Amino acid sequence: MIELEGLTKRYGEKMAVNHLTFTVRPGIVTGFLGPNGAGKSTTMRMLLGLDRPTAGDVRIDGQHYDRLKDPLKYIGALLDAKAMHGGRSAFNHLLCLAQSNGIPRARVHEVLDTVGLTAVAKKKAKGFSLGMGQRLGIAGALLGDPRILMFDEPVNGLDPEGIHWIRNLMKSLAAQGRTVFVSSHLMSEMALTADHLVVIGQGRLLADTSMADFIRQNSRSYVRIRSPQRERLLDVLHGAGITVVEAGGEALEVDGTKSEHIGELAAQHQLVLHELSPQQASLEEAFMQLTAESVEYHAHSDPGLGATAPAAAPPVAPPAGQQAPQWGNDWKKG
Amino acid sequence: MAATQVVRSEWTKIRSVASTVWTLSLAAVVTVALGVLISLLSKNEFDDLSTKDRLSFDPTFISFAGMSLGQLAMIVFGVLVVSNEYSTGMIRTSLAAVPQRGTFLFSKIAVATGLAFVVALATSFVAFFLGQAMLGSHRASIDDPGVLRAVIGGGLYMTLIALFSMGVATMLRSPMLSLGILMPFFFLISAILGNVDATKKFGQYLPDQAGSKIMQVVTPIDDDVPYGPWGGLGIMVLWVLVAVAGGYVLLKKRDA
Repeated sequence: MIELEGLTKRYGEKMAVNHLTFTVRPGIVTGFLGPNGAGKSTTMRMLLGLDRPTAGDVRIDGQHYDRLKDPLKYIGALLDAKAMHGGRSAFNHLLCLAQSNGIPRARVHEVLDTVGLTAVAKKKAKGFSLGMGQRLGIAGALLGDPRILMFDEPVNGLDPEGIHWIRNLMKSLAAQGRTVFVSSHLMSEMALTADHLVVIGQGRLLADTSMADFIRQNSRSYVRIRSPQRERLLDVLHGAGITVVEAGGEALEVDGTKSEHIGELAAQHQLVLHELSPQQASLEEAFMQLTAESVEYHAHSDPGLGATAPAAAPPVAPPAGQQAPQWGNDWKKG
Repeated sequence: MAATQVVRSEWTKIRSVASTVWTLSLAAVVTVALGVLISLLSKNEFDDLSTKDRLSFDPTFISFAGMSLGQLAMIVFGVLVVSNEYSTGMIRTSLAAVPQRGTFLFSKIAVATGLAFVVALATSFVAFFLGQAMLGSHRASIDDPGVLRAVIGGGLYMTLIALFSMGVATMLRSPMLSLGILMPFFFLISAILGNVDATKKFGQYLPDQAGSKIMQVVTPIDDDVPYGPWGGLGIMVLWVLVAVAGGYVLLKKRDA
């Protein structure tokens, strides 16, 4: 259990972390989401007692970090992959960490095996790829068999196989009843692993919700239409009391109406349609909308004017009928 | 957090990087080799010396002449032991494992200082005996008054140089900045300040000027230094304490 209360960090004029209050609970994977520079890493450093909060408080199992006896046995953290001496072998890197917390030497071999680095245990860390460095960092986090694990952007630099491995690792750690707190700037990654979401932007808490609720509230479904008789179609839809948003190009988008209904309307008025497709806005889009105001530099887009918002978003929006349920299944299965 | 755990951890750290071995080896080899060379040259030139210089002739001190260069390798050792943590990012991993920063720093310093002392003391004895062997009939004996003190003092001097460097590196964090300040200071600036008449009064209180007094057995004739061998070493210890305390206070205060 990690408890933050009014946690604040100010660098000069800039508020890096602004009055954060939330709790990270055991037994689930909690995703810590925010755009780059939102204050995720600063928050995590304060959690480990590396940075001193300007105000507020953070407790690990009810205690301040620097009061923990042998802290690696309470909380294991992966901050950045390269937070190690490149000239030291993987084994010695883990050994010095283990010794400082009274962890037996045999455990070093165990975690090396867990992360699949046994073969290169005697090799210097500077020869490691980013992915291997990440695995060594994770081995360090697992060393004390802690009840709480914290990973800062763990999939960075990992190959697909590595990403798959870390996802499963996090889920199995949570299934064992541990607290897993993982940061990311990618909503899609979180959708696959996290059960609970904490979203921050410019240091402020934007959302603290279960993944299921977040998906329910934020997945917008709409129908995308293209027609050579665009003006007439607009008239027909307006006449039927349907609100139309003009998307990029010649496409139109309709919220809250089934595609069947639109198709029948078009048929009644003998309109030609080139496209009639139900769409599901991605969670990535929902996340971008949530954090839009808090991103320091971003291209302006106003969905209300109907011009560029969905078109400017990455090419996501898969057909609702096929892919949307799979998302849900994926994270639920996890 | 038991300090013994952290000491063991720091011992693993120090023995598992190459820079430890090569800086300490270099300090030993340079000190001994240069001491032997200068002892040999001094013996050959003894007959050409003035009476005054012959009276000031200090065979023990001459055999330690290599320390002026060897201490630079000790400085590099002291700086790297601490600043490696910062330049590699290891410091965050280290402080997450040992959040008690005082325990962390003093365990690291204790291990590095202990190792430096063993190497420095051995170096000092080897430099003395080989140096005296070169000096032939002008040699000093380890049984002569003050000689054993000077030889052990040589080991203490080099250890304190390393310790002072650790303190400075803890304050500055960057290895380049630390070396960029310490190397020219000990190699050039201190020697200039200590030898130019106008600055001599001040220069003689600098850590290396004061500390090296412990290695003198024969006091130069016109010597007006206001402290003795142990007084000089005491002044050096004060410098070291200030540097280490400064490092501790900054480490305690700032974000890692």
